[in-house]
Amino acid sequence: MKKMTLKSDYVTKAYSRKTIFRDVSFSVNEGSAFAITGKNGSGKSTLIKILCGLLTPTKGSVLLSVNEKTITPENYYPHIGLVSPYLNLYEEFTGEENLLLIKKIRGLNSGSDARINELLNEFNIYDHRKKEVRFYSSGMKQRLKYCAALLHKPVILYLDEPSANLDEMGIGIVRDAMNSEPATR
Amino acid sequence: MNPLIKIFISLVITAVIILGISIPTVHGAQGFFQFPFIPGLEEKARNIFFHVPMAWTSVLAFFMALYYGIQYLRTKNQDYDLRSVSSAGLGLMFCILATVTGSIWAKFNWGSFWNWDPRETSIFILLLIYGAYFVLRSAVEDDEKRATLSSVYSIMAGVTVPFFIFVMPRIMSGLHPGSLGDEQGKGPVLELKMSPNMLAIFFVSLIGFTMLYYWMYSLRIRTARVEKQLQTIE
Amino acid sequence: MFVVTTLSMVMFSLGSNTVPYEILSGMLWIVIFFSAMSGLSRTFVTEEERGTSLTLRLLTKAANVYIGKLIYNTVLITSLSVFIALLYQLVIDDFQIQTQSIFWMTILLGSIGLAAASTILAAIIAKANTKGTLFPVLAFPILLPLLLECIKTTVLAVEGAFFVEAIKDFQILISFIIVMIAASLMVFEFVWND
Repeated sequence: MKKMTLKSDYVTKAYSRKTIFRDVSFSVNEGSAFAITGKNGSGKSTLIKILCGLLTPTKGSVLLSVNEKTITPENYYPHIGLVSPYLNLYEEFTGEENLLLIKKIRGLNSGSDARINELLNEFNIYDHRKKEVRFYSSGMKQRLKYCAALLHKPVILYLDEPSANLDEMGIGIVRDAMNSEPATR
Repeated sequence: MNPLIKIFISLVITAVIILGISIPTVHGAQGFFQFPFIPGLEEKARNIFFHVPMAWTSVLAFFMALYYGIQYLRTKNQDYDLRSVSSAGLGLMFCILATVTGSIWAKFNWGSFWNWDPRETSIFILLLIYGAYFVLRSAVEDDEKRATLSSVYSIMAGVTVPFFIFVMPRIMSGLHPGSLGDEQGKGPVLELKMSPNMLAIFFVSLIGFTMLYYWMYSLRIRTARVEKQLQTIE
Repeated sequence: MFVVTTLSMVMFSLGSNTVPYEILSGMLWIVIFFSAMSGLSRTFVTEEERGTSLTLRLLTKAANVYIGKLIYNTVLITSLSVFIALLYQLVIDDFQIQTQSIFWMTILLGSIGLAAASTILAAIIAKANTKGTLFPVLAFPILLPLLLECIKTTVLAVEGAFFVEAIKDFQILISFIIVMIAASLMVFEFVWND
């Protein structure tokens, strides 16, 4: 497993006048799970966006290092995976096409075709891989998002609203997958 | 700003207006209080003292706006955005003034207010660009986004400017003094056809208008900063 | 559909009058400009609406997204303007091209230029609130030198000029394309990662 450290140093985010949160600090290492809890609108999603490098913090800094090398926010993308309600897939493509597209954009090697099938099986949507995403139920979409986020074997996986749209069976599938996938979240 | 400088700017502009308008144009001019007769411009040459400095100030203001736009993108410091927009607003004002003075002058020199001469087309496009710039700003609510998008737009508009300089004269022949179609050659400003006293007034006017721009700019930037402060207090 | 509507409007307004070829060349580019605008403005808006722009941001670098969109737009606009150019020659009898090489070179370079300048503007308006109407307003001043040059070489093509006579104009068009793409690559990241 790759060594990884994620550190948040006094991260503060403010939109023009309103401060969302201030001075959030923590540190996470590889192989561990870290949960952020809070009320609706307390800025959990905003914090995750900052950790993914999608937003810049107003004050403070985020430090991500993989194998003891510091990664700049522009280069987070090969190392992180994100499952989130505002991260959508292409509705007019099938589930399999979406994953193949992501594979191509990420420039992964052809060996990851087996990886795609493995993930589709793991999340129990293999039978629906030829169906367009717009015909998916919301639970199936959520599980496909997990496949998309795990495809490149990220060292760190962020889950925003991990159980959104999932029934008990879906949550069970995701929980099993999380235990078998070596990633930090 | 020092009140003495303010008084000085006012005096300079007033002097330019009085001298520029009152000194008569005569053939074989002598001394400070007579202007020489420039063929093709005659009495209308007085516009040089107002129109050219206005156009110059406008271009200067736009370059300052572009410069601060780039600075904003580099630093993400909102103050640079305030400077950029303050300067662009003044640039637009001087640009409109230059268009109006130029257009009135064109009516008497070329017979109509608008002829699609290359210079007229260029200034029209400059107006369009900064019109679009302010429309874009009004269409974005978030401060950071607005600053970024308008800076990017002014950079993209800025890089097209050289094409207007090269493309326009190739497509249409010019009437404007100093353009290729002008039989008198390079025009009064470039070829220094003006007499020493005209030159003196012209350069004083140029300095006066530049200082006027700076004065107005510093006023605008200070009010913009105060407004920003008030917003955060609310 | 937009192309057919505008073309038939042009034809109705012409009626049976003979119109000078300079005006016909200008109108060709007006049709191309507005057809291209309606297609190009959607480039990034669709990503924002579907919520896939964040997905893309987590998949790859900003420059890659820009180049991808640029290639797509170039192919789209080139095929669109080739279609318009063929149809235009077919339905308007007074518009006879003498030098085909100049004409098709103009169509090609004009399309690439339109795509090069519009891609970054499409990225800008995707982040603004009033998307549809804003695009032509922003695009027109920037595209004007390109359009004027294209109209000029189209006139040359109708007049039957030799290819060498238009080379200087093509050089201007090519440098416009290069400057636009280079400037866009530098600033795209700021718009995209906003």
